[in-house]
Amino acid sequence: MSATTATEAPQQPQSPSRAKQVLREILESSTLVVIMAVVASLIIGAILIVIADEDVRTASAYFFSRPGDTLSAMWEAIWSAYTAMFQGAIYNTRADTFAAAIKPFTQTLTMATPLIFAGLGLGIGFRAGLFNIGAQGQIIIGATLGGWVGFAWDLPGFTHLLVAVIGCALGGAIWGFIPGFLKARTGAHEVIVTIMLNYVALNLLSYLLSLEAFQREGQNNPISPTVAENAQYPLLLGSQFPLHWGFVLAIACAFGVWWLMERSTLGFEFRAVGANPRAARTAGMSVAKGTVLVMVIAGALAGLAGSAQVLGTEKNLTLDIAGSIGFDAITVALLGRSRPLGTVLAAILFGGLKASGPSLQVLAGLPVDIVFVIQATIVLFIAAPPLVRSIFRLPAPAHEKEVAA
Amino acid sequence: MKLELRGITKKFGDFTANDSIDLVVEPGTVHALLGENGAGKSTLMNVLFGLYDADGGEILLDDEPTVFAGPGDAMAAGIGMVHQHFMLVPVFTVAESVMLGHEEVTGPAKLLDLGAARAKVKEISDRFGFHIDPDAVIEDLSVGAQQRVEIIKALSRDAEVLILDEPTAVLTPQETDELLDIIGQLRDNGTAVVLITHKLREVKAIADQITVIRRGKVVGTAEPTASQEELASLMVGRDVSMTVSKEPAQPGEPMLVVEGLSVVDPATSLKHLDRVSFEVRAGEILAVAGVQGNGQTELAEAILGIVPTAEGAVTLDGSRLTGSSIREALDAGIGFVPEDRTEDGVVADFTITNNLILDLYDKAPYSKAGAIDTAFAAKNAKEQVERFDVRTTSSEALAGSLSGGNQQKVVLARELARDLKLLIASQPTRGLDVGSIEFVHKRIIEERDNGAAVLIVSSELEEVYALADRIAVMYHGKIVDIVPPDTDRDTLGLMMAGAHEEEAA
Repeated sequence: MSATTATEAPQQPQSPSRAKQVLREILESSTLVVIMAVVASLIIGAILIVIADEDVRTASAYFFSRPGDTLSAMWEAIWSAYTAMFQGAIYNTRADTFAAAIKPFTQTLTMATPLIFAGLGLGIGFRAGLFNIGAQGQIIIGATLGGWVGFAWDLPGFTHLLVAVIGCALGGAIWGFIPGFLKARTGAHEVIVTIMLNYVALNLLSYLLSLEAFQREGQNNPISPTVAENAQYPLLLGSQFPLHWGFVLAIACAFGVWWLMERSTLGFEFRAVGANPRAARTAGMSVAKGTVLVMVIAGALAGLAGSAQVLGTEKNLTLDIAGSIGFDAITVALLGRSRPLGTVLAAILFGGLKASGPSLQVLAGLPVDIVFVIQATIVLFIAAPPLVRSIFRLPAPAHEKEVAA
Repeated sequence: MKLELRGITKKFGDFTANDSIDLVVEPGTVHALLGENGAGKSTLMNVLFGLYDADGGEILLDDEPTVFAGPGDAMAAGIGMVHQHFMLVPVFTVAESVMLGHEEVTGPAKLLDLGAARAKVKEISDRFGFHIDPDAVIEDLSVGAQQRVEIIKALSRDAEVLILDEPTAVLTPQETDELLDIIGQLRDNGTAVVLITHKLREVKAIADQITVIRRGKVVGTAEPTASQEELASLMVGRDVSMTVSKEPAQPGEPMLVVEGLSVVDPATSLKHLDRVSFEVRAGEILAVAGVQGNGQTELAEAILGIVPTAEGAVTLDGSRLTGSSIREALDAGIGFVPEDRTEDGVVADFTITNNLILDLYDKAPYSKAGAIDTAFAAKNAKEQVERFDVRTTSSEALAGSLSGGNQQKVVLARELARDLKLLIASQPTRGLDVGSIEFVHKRIIEERDNGAAVLIVSSELEEVYALADRIAVMYHGKIVDIVPPDTDRDTLGLMMAGAHEEEAA
């Protein structure tokens, strides 16, 4: 066997796995399914709210003598919970000024910004047939590199922000390149490699934060100095609102990704490789090149999600810099069916759910966990029909089948 | 058992797949259901087998109206079906496969009664001369033998009506003849056989009655004495010529030169190709004949660079191709029609428009500065769909929604869109209906007349005879001989089994 054969071998695309099929079916589910999943989750959320509510429990103790009390307490609980969420995430009807009233919505958009970035990157991967679970690690490395540029370097004016943002994208891209390269060269499965790299990234950051170069002066807690003022995203609507220019960049990236996937020759390759690697290869496309490029672009976008954190909302590096964004973004990308518009809308929905947490707790006296349950059930409902079908190898619904064989 | 279908109607949305179809199958006869792909043959049989609910009409068994809720009911009533794609578990033995779904147990421990299953397989196999070992593992069997296992499965459940759905689509010529013998024996034993097919030769060879379906309707019945042309025009709805007329080749300079080419399987280190040498001249068609699995597929793929070559050289128009990438080979002027079009030829989830630019997307005028010119692609799609007569509602339809013949037209339209020095087509008309075969053959001959060298790989002798200017016969990874196109069928048959021309003739 010649050497060429040895390096060629891993590129031989395997037949689509069951997991890939599930992914494909999720991405092809109709908009209606997605909307129904959200509605159904809100209904389940309502049931949980009823169970968790103190008044309902009290009233249900004498349900059989006065059932009306229980029912009105239930209604009261659901109503107050969902209005609290609405007020926390979209429009605060109790505020004195208009500015104060729409502040929650700007908070929602701020929370959505990193989800848009990371979700876009993951979406590209999903459409190219790659299960990139590594957004979390890519965000961390991106935020680390960009954040370090932000607090350790001293550059004049706007260039500092520019270089810091590029640093974030570069950090993420490097962390995406590693699994992409390993897959293209050796066939190492990207799921395993990216999951492991998430841990590597977190521990790398933990180590760096123990170094003097990364520590705040006079502190030995794992927290970095604050990013220089001119390396921070400027606020978009003035100091009353948290929304920063990172959101505008995220929307610009959404347009960029749309162009990449729908119009460019590169995106055409990505989609072809994702939909049928064998046909793509026979048509002369390089599956290996596609794999590496997709991972680099996805990593760069995840790195930009890191910039929204470190240069936008947090302004310094801590171990919690990525929160759960890398994992929430997977849901966002799936919910948005990996299309840019869908991803933006899904990210705003998730940003809103996140933003509504505190208000739910304060105004309705309910645990924040309700929000997580709603998030989780959305995923479940979207994933469930194809998941169930695929696990049990049931046929697709009749309308999807070939009409006459 | 007599089977009768009366006025069966099946609709999918607005589309009527079966429009009040009547069919009577008498015991001890072979009834051929003839029709193009997409005519509604398989839908009808799926209704009969209880897989689909009919929107109208009834099924009668021995003049008793019957309703099947699912395949289980149909099987219990004595109807057996052999699907086009086998429903077998690769790692099971024949006896286990036949028992699957009807497991019998024995003794107090309720162990599987493999002995009974084995005996049953042996009994049926012996009765019809199937030569099937009950303990053979399915994946070790040839396709033809796997099909016989499917038939044994149906017979072991006392099927009195046996439906065979495109049974010869996957068989070699020899296996096809064996299957036809088997069908004859089943008939003589009193089984009613429904043979779904679009192959005229088989219908004429075995059928007692012929019903022709077109666009979901019965358009006529015919006697097996009818000529192939008559049957074909009934099926297609217009006159079809069974042999594409072609002028004698005017070969030019050698275009493709293959010297000592070998391909080795990386897993087993078996030689798929063993020092193969030949040349194809510009303006001639070389057809590679042989029983499936004798290295023809690997030969086509090795020339394009899909499978790596172990030794030897491929030259196209004087420049060396060996070691270049697939992209470089395509750019050098090779058009490639892969053997497995659904896997390698089209992306099922892409529109026809996008499939038509699958290997052209990054070349002008299909794209400029890294962006695909979608308007041009759409215009191109419209023209190609018209030129190649692709039957579809829109060029924005997904390639996966097309029938096999129309998918093949898409692949061919795309590959012929470039200026070709060499066209390689593997099994170009496998699974295609008569109308499409004629069309595809015409286009291939046109390409030859335009001066391209053409390499055809086909396991259908009819196709080899229809196209070839010279015939190369392959056996065990080697070219046995290259012979003129007027070599007779028997000689070719013997060469396909490894005999040299002198010995064979």
